[in-house]
Amino acid sequence: MSKNKSDSLSMYPVKTKKQVTLIGLIVLGMYLFSMFWTQREMVGGFSGALSNMFQVLEKFFPPNLSVLSAIMGPLFQTIQMAIIATTIAAIITVPLALLSAQNVTTFKPLYVATRTLLNLLRTIPDLVLAVIFVGLFGIGIFPGILALIVFSLGILAKLISETIESVDMNPLEAMRASGANTLQMIYYGLIPQVLPQYTSLVLYVFEINVRASVVLGYVGAGGIGLLLNQQIGFYNYPNAMAIIVMIFVVVLVIEYISNKIREALI
Amino acid sequence: MIEFKNVGLVYPNGTEGLKNVNVTINDGEFVVIVGLSGAGKSTFIRSINRLVTPTSGSLEVDGENILDYKGKNLRKLRTKVGMIFQNYNLVKRSNVLKNVLAGRLGHSGTLRSVLGLFKDEDKALAYESLKRVNIEEKLYNRADELSGGQQQRVSIARVLTQQPKYILADEPVASLDPPTSHQVMSYLKKINKEDNITTIVNLHFIDMAMEYADRIIGMRAGEVVFDGPVSEVTEKTFEEIYGRSIREDDLRGGADSVEE
Ligand SMILES: Nc1ncnc2c1ncn2[C@@H]1O[C@H](COP(=O)(O)OP(=O)(O)O)[C@@H](O)[C@H]1O
Ligand SMILES: [Mg+2]
Repeated sequence: MSKNKSDSLSMYPVKTKKQVTLIGLIVLGMYLFSMFWTQREMVGGFSGALSNMFQVLEKFFPPNLSVLSAIMGPLFQTIQMAIIATTIAAIITVPLALLSAQNVTTFKPLYVATRTLLNLLRTIPDLVLAVIFVGLFGIGIFPGILALIVFSLGILAKLISETIESVDMNPLEAMRASGANTLQMIYYGLIPQVLPQYTSLVLYVFEINVRASVVLGYVGAGGIGLLLNQQIGFYNYPNAMAIIVMIFVVVLVIEYISNKIREALI
Repeated sequence: MIEFKNVGLVYPNGTEGLKNVNVTINDGEFVVIVGLSGAGKSTFIRSINRLVTPTSGSLEVDGENILDYKGKNLRKLRTKVGMIFQNYNLVKRSNVLKNVLAGRLGHSGTLRSVLGLFKDEDKALAYESLKRVNIEEKLYNRADELSGGQQQRVSIARVLTQQPKYILADEPVASLDPPTSHQVMSYLKKINKEDNITTIVNLHFIDMAMEYADRIIGMRAGEVVFDGPVSEVTEKTFEEIYGRSIREDDLRGGADSVEE
């Protein structure tokens, strides 16, 4: 590469710069294309969509707060769904995470099998799970809980097995060398290193589950989502708005508390 | 008594860790293994508690060949053989007491230990052990709050709590400064004398080997190339073991500045 002394030295080679510029232009082009395309597809374009949106939004206000007491039942049902599902998933995760951690499960076929199973689980969206379980068990919170358990397992077991893989194995070797068995090694060497991260991840998944369980209600898996779906179906927008406000408040409160606990842990 | 009889060890990748080793270590001895890095010191020491398994010959501890031990027998052997590591191998997030009590795991039932129910005499023993290495005031400190020398003393306390018949120490001072190294070696020597625990230490510092060992075993390329009492060892012996002349970094130094 020829370079003049007076030229300021570039951070990247010219070739890289050209490539990055080209990629940038392509991405920009794709944005512009899809923008005009959606414009054309939408009736009346953006301005039409906006005025339509305001017309609908207006119907939601003011929210009918007198239905709050009637909302409470299904709302708690939703939170219960999340609590039960998170708790059960947190328990089942432990053996799964251990089996899919390479430093604990040294028997390779077992490790690969568990990993693959978890990867498969994670590819199924939570809504699809809910639809499947509602189809199998009918409308109600039971299929919702099942869907959330399977959904949480995919996330939790993967993240926790990665935490397990990053632990310091030296103390476990010391325990093995002093005659401890595998269970004792896990309790005294592994758990103290993994517990803070584990608790934090379980809380995080609980937050996700509260939100997911609202959405799952929409496809018949019980709780507040089911109610919201019904109210909108009856065009009872003020009631729907009251439900939305309550969901908003509850989700915020739960996330605040769970964030505080997680901060304290790490 | 530990008896290596024609012991050989070939690692799965074909490296010969031990070649036809014949050594007898008597009860109560303080043996230091010296040799360059890669000479097979760790392999030798780790064969005794079967962290690695020799592939030929026989290795007897207290008259029993340990090479085919599995499961319960193996754990029983390991409760009898304590080990100290270069990197202390403590659970950093756990406090000192819990780390020291871990030395009792091999003697405790699974259910009891998993529930955290250590016997009172185990806790008393853990405290006594900490006192013997003068670190009992750190009882409730987290292990990662301690200096390297303090952590190594905690790991010695852990081994004492195990009440082993043998202690293996694999480069116990390699990560410490000279004064702390001497302190740790002094504790090991004291325990060896007071409790009559047979002690085998890997070191690559010549001066420390000379100062603390009763007997020196020299290794090179998996073979025992010297075995004799310290009184027979000279600088020339080390040159033969190392296969080169002695250098500055073969010495730890700092013998005068031992602190208690
Ligand atoms: N797990 C292993 N797999 C293959 N080779 C090993 C393994 N551990 C040690 N070795 C080899 O065996 C020889 C002896 O190693 P080691 O006993 O660790 O020596 P030292 O402790 O004296 O430095 C070295 O050549 C080393 O590379
Ligand atoms: Mg070594």
